Amino acid sequence: MSELKQELKEKIIEQLNLEDIAIDEIADTDPLFGEGLGLDSIDALELIVMLDKDYGIKLADPKEGRKIFESIDTMAGYISEHRSR
Amino acid sequence: MKKSVYINSVGSVSAQKTYDNSTFLDEIVPYEATELKVVDPDYKAYIPPAAARRMAKGIKMSTVSSQTALKEAGLENVDAIIVGTGLGCLDDSAKFVSDIINNDEQFLTPTRFIQSSHNTVAGQIALGLGCKGYNFTYVNSAVSFESSLLDAQLQIENSEANNILVGGVDELVDHHVQSHQLIGHFKNEPVTQKTLLSSNTEGSIMAEGSHFFVLSNEKQASTYAELKGVEIYNSLSLENLSSQVQSFLDHSDTELEAIDLVVMGNNGDSNFDGYYDSLNQGIFKYTPQAYFKHLSGEYDTATGFAFWLSSKIIKTQTVPDIVKLNSLEKPPKTVLIYNQYRGQNHSLVLLKKC
Repeated sequence: MSELKQELKEKIIEQLNLEDIAIDEIADTDPLFGEGLGLDSIDALELIVMLDKDYGIKLADPKEGRKIFESIDTMAGYISEHRSR
Repeated sequence: MKKSVYINSVGSVSAQKTYDNSTFLDEIVPYEATELKVVDPDYKAYIPPAAARRMAKGIKMSTVSSQTALKEAGLENVDAIIVGTGLGCLDDSAKFVSDIINNDEQFLTPTRFIQSSHNTVAGQIALGLGCKGYNFTYVNSAVSFESSLLDAQLQIENSEANNILVGGVDELVDHHVQSHQLIGHFKNEPVTQKTLLSSNTEGSIMAEGSHFFVLSNEKQASTYAELKGVEIYNSLSLENLSSQVQSFLDHSDTELEAIDLVVMGNNGDSNFDGYYDSLNQGIFKYTPQAYFKHLSGEYDTATGFAFWLSSKIIKTQTVPDIVKLNSLEKPPKTVLIYNQYRGQNHSLVLLKKC
């Protein structure tokens, strides 16, 4: 699981162009949206595409994203449980 | 009655340090290259990090040059935003198309799609300003900037707008450079500022840049010059060039002898610099001449650099030695810009001291 969390942090920084943020600056429990990393709705779409492309997870209900993308912890947990790749 | 059109401010990001309006080619950036990238300003001083991370280079450059122009004009908003671009935010367009191919038309991400449209720059500037006025992007190859200029001129002359932010932008992308080198549109051998025009080879030196200006119906302390005329010709033969220039000047109520400086778009392409030579050795033989693409490089909106240069020359009444094409001198009160690219898309722009 810790490897997956590290991988997610790397992917988020790279794909969302968070140039000024280092991997160790993102805590597993930090909120990804709002006060935490400050991601927005376009980032949410990027993350949905990333789940589909890299882990074979299709989110049928976008509302699911709110819980899944709360933090690195919640993302890693959901991916571990539902991944097909 | 037509209103006058004043150039009230300038903003430029180019291969020279033009982003600082307090200087005027005081320090020339040398090169020996086949392509020229811009001298990057400190983008973080202009753009919040959260916004910058999703911006293509063309948008970053244009944010800086448009903010510089607005600040100098003392404006927080404008009636219209008009942008010219030959290729838009090409880097993201290329990545978006590559994603389509590599991912078998699946998994397309929104950011690259948003960035890849040609009108992204005009849209982003409007969003930043909260400008809900006329917003238009001209994608007309090497006369994209002049098309924007013409639109702005007509709107101000006809009292449809008071203040317009008008500009041009193009960014440099590896794939574009490589493909154009293959077909001989860009040089394969490195050139320098001194050797560009004498290289005697095909093609030019490719570059990028962003240039914005506030055009207004009212003159103010910051005013650089008055825009007297803009004309575009998609095709024009070498034989008819001189008479067309004469016709443009007649239409602008300007005598040939009144031109104090002609700014030429010579780009070192041995196949097409003959257009400039025919004027320089013909009707403008006894006129002071200048050129600019040895400083800016070639791109579809490079005439934005010429417009910036001419505005600065008129305001400061100084012609930097580095741009002089001959040794003739006159106080530069009336400046004519002539440009063409590969024998097509010719343009004439006339500026006057006011």
